[in-house]
Amino acid sequence: MSESLDKQKKDLSQLNNDYATKYGFHDPVDYFHRGAKGLSHELVEMISRLKNEPQWMSDIRHRALDVYLSKPMPQWANTKMLSEIDYNDIYYFMKPVGENSTDWNDVPEYIKKTFDRLGIPEAEQKFLGGVTAQYESEVVYHSMKEDLQKQGIIFLGMDDGLREHEDIVKKFFGTVIPMTDNKFAALNTCVWSGGSFIYVPPGIEVKVPLQAYFRINAENMGQFERTLIIADKGSRVHYIEGCTAPVYSTDSLHSAVVEVIALEDAYIRYTTIQNWSHNIFNLVTKRATAYKNATIEWVDGNLGSRLSMKYPCIQLVGEGAKGEILSVAFAGQDQHQDTGAKVIHAAPNTSSRVTSKSISKDNGRASYRGLAKVHKHAVNSKISVECDALLIGKNARSDTYPTMEIDCEQVRVEHEARVSKVAEEQLYYLTSRGLTEDDARLLIVNGFMEPFTKELPLEYAVELNRLIELEMEGSVG
Amino acid sequence: MTDKKALFEFKDIHVRVEGKEVVSGVSLSIKAGETHAIMGPNGSGKSSLSNALMGHPAYEITRGEIYLDGNNLLEMRADERSRAGLFLAFQYPLAIPGVTVANFLRTALQAHRGKEADMSDFRKLLKSEMKALSIDEVFATRYLNDGFSGGEKKRIEILQMAILNPKMAVLDETDSGLDIDALKTVSTGINRYHNDANAILLVTHYQRMLNYVKPDFVHVMMSGKIVKSGGPEIALKLEDLGYEWVEEEVNHRAGV
Ligand SMILES: Nc1ncnc2c1ncn2[C@@H]1O[C@H](COP(=O)(O)OP(=O)(O)O)[C@@H](O)[C@H]1O
Ligand SMILES: [Mg+2]
Repeated sequence: MSESLDKQKKDLSQLNNDYATKYGFHDPVDYFHRGAKGLSHELVEMISRLKNEPQWMSDIRHRALDVYLSKPMPQWANTKMLSEIDYNDIYYFMKPVGENSTDWNDVPEYIKKTFDRLGIPEAEQKFLGGVTAQYESEVVYHSMKEDLQKQGIIFLGMDDGLREHEDIVKKFFGTVIPMTDNKFAALNTCVWSGGSFIYVPPGIEVKVPLQAYFRINAENMGQFERTLIIADKGSRVHYIEGCTAPVYSTDSLHSAVVEVIALEDAYIRYTTIQNWSHNIFNLVTKRATAYKNATIEWVDGNLGSRLSMKYPCIQLVGEGAKGEILSVAFAGQDQHQDTGAKVIHAAPNTSSRVTSKSISKDNGRASYRGLAKVHKHAVNSKISVECDALLIGKNARSDTYPTMEIDCEQVRVEHEARVSKVAEEQLYYLTSRGLTEDDARLLIVNGFMEPFTKELPLEYAVELNRLIELEMEGSVG
Repeated sequence: MTDKKALFEFKDIHVRVEGKEVVSGVSLSIKAGETHAIMGPNGSGKSSLSNALMGHPAYEITRGEIYLDGNNLLEMRADERSRAGLFLAFQYPLAIPGVTVANFLRTALQAHRGKEADMSDFRKLLKSEMKALSIDEVFATRYLNDGFSGGEKKRIEILQMAILNPKMAVLDETDSGLDIDALKTVSTGINRYHNDANAILLVTHYQRMLNYVKPDFVHVMMSGKIVKSGGPEIALKLEDLGYEWVEEEVNHRAGV
């Protein structure tokens, strides 16, 4: 870690810190009144000014913009869909006044229908539909916050985190995912806003899962959220973000960066369920570093969106570190879930397990893109990767792109990939017990997802099953 | 005309699978309270007949009629036949990964009742029926037939029957894969279910289960036809003499 920190300090020292003078100072409010689309150093400067950030963060943003502009678009995954994004037609920060919220009438019918069927209360519907910018359960959050504060646990929005705990943020920001990692990580780094900041002090076990939903607002459901979680030595925490209900947004590009750090003997589980409206491109970089005997678990559910590209990664850098990635993706009509997992074993006696489940329906496409890398000195490491794809309908598609880079001989690797269809015989078996064909198919699909669902808190599991039920409605085998 | 007193009746059933006729004109009339057995060598069409009666889409009934309690089953799908009171215990039950036995049974029971099955009532029912069949309680939370032994699957089939309590139960080779103790337990379970209002059709290659579940009538099936019908004595004779005995008799009758 110290190595990468040093590198970053060096990177920063090479910056010429004159962006502010170079790009001038405008009145931020005026700027956003005019409502500029597209990316520029002026915009980046505005964001920094408006947030009243320390200079080093502002420098990082400017530098990230240069990195972003210098990197080509990915030439892999669904390049055709990626080319649908018009990068000049996007508000990279707030929208001009008056355009900030959606009219309830503009929220698509299928979203409203899903809200109703899931029994989502009206206030919450308005929030998820992008009509209101704030969700009322702030109250829950505040009482929870007091409890946490007593134990020294920090759970804040990323902007507040930077303001109130600059030292910690400065130490860890960008150390797991450097801005140079990929084009979208660079994009996020230059315009990030919102997201969560969590720090758990040594030896502290956070008893209840920390749910982003409690302190959610439009910004951190936003386009370029930035999350940083640090579990100090021997601490334990479970963080949950997202919700199973669909989230509607008129901003089509969403690109989050999530950095997670488990120091010695720490345990972090990060649970995400995302269900974006069908117009969204969701291009996320998520990565965790596990130090000696630490454990990281990603539990990641992806529904909705037009294209999702998300490959949670775990770097096992300390001896005995463990990682688990459990993911599920549901690709319906005109959707592509390009998801996967990366495990990097860089220390001896490390172990990882990847379980990836995908369901493709109608002409939906689910791809698994995986990397398993074992460094030379990572002796006695264990990797197991299991990919299960379920196809529903004749036009559904699934692909698997596993990459193995094993530079160590003393290592145990297991890899299994299966593609299955809902078998006629299974349907017949269940219908012969009185279930209609639709119910039978749903039961089979829910069963397929069960290894994932059973890891979720009960209310999420119930909601996810109900959601799958809605998605499955009217489908033909 | 349909015999008013028959609970389950099928007439002149012809079944085609994969373009081949495998059942050629089978008829049977079963009254409430009765136990019938269809015996026959492997490949004689017993499972094809059972599946066709249940409504398996791959087993096309090209000719014939089926009535259960006066209802014409022929135009019904498998789920409708099930809800009308027909049950088939499968020779080879399939696994449904991720779906627990308890969840599955509750879903099936709800499908039959057309309403939610009260959780605590259901648990009680499940517990007592599992106990009666000597099925360990942990099976309630295991995934349906996933990694079950042959014998465990058969017990679970009978458990399903006990819970759904059908009017007419067709049991396809339920005895196969069972050791002698399991055979006794499963047979006890079947007899416990059986009453004056329902009926059983045992489909089997061997007669050993018939020692415990006593049939009133035995029918011998060969090459897609019922070639001989009579009382339980036929089963015993088959046990002694094998199917060649019936075969010779049939050939003799046909003047071959
Ligand atoms: N799904 C199927 N596809 C093709 N042939 C089948 C199928 N099911 C049964 N058969 C054929 O039908 C005949 C009767 O088989 P089956 O009904 O299983 O007999 P039994 O149950 O008496 O052993 C056999 O020749 C078998 O190969
Ligand atoms: Mg058979």
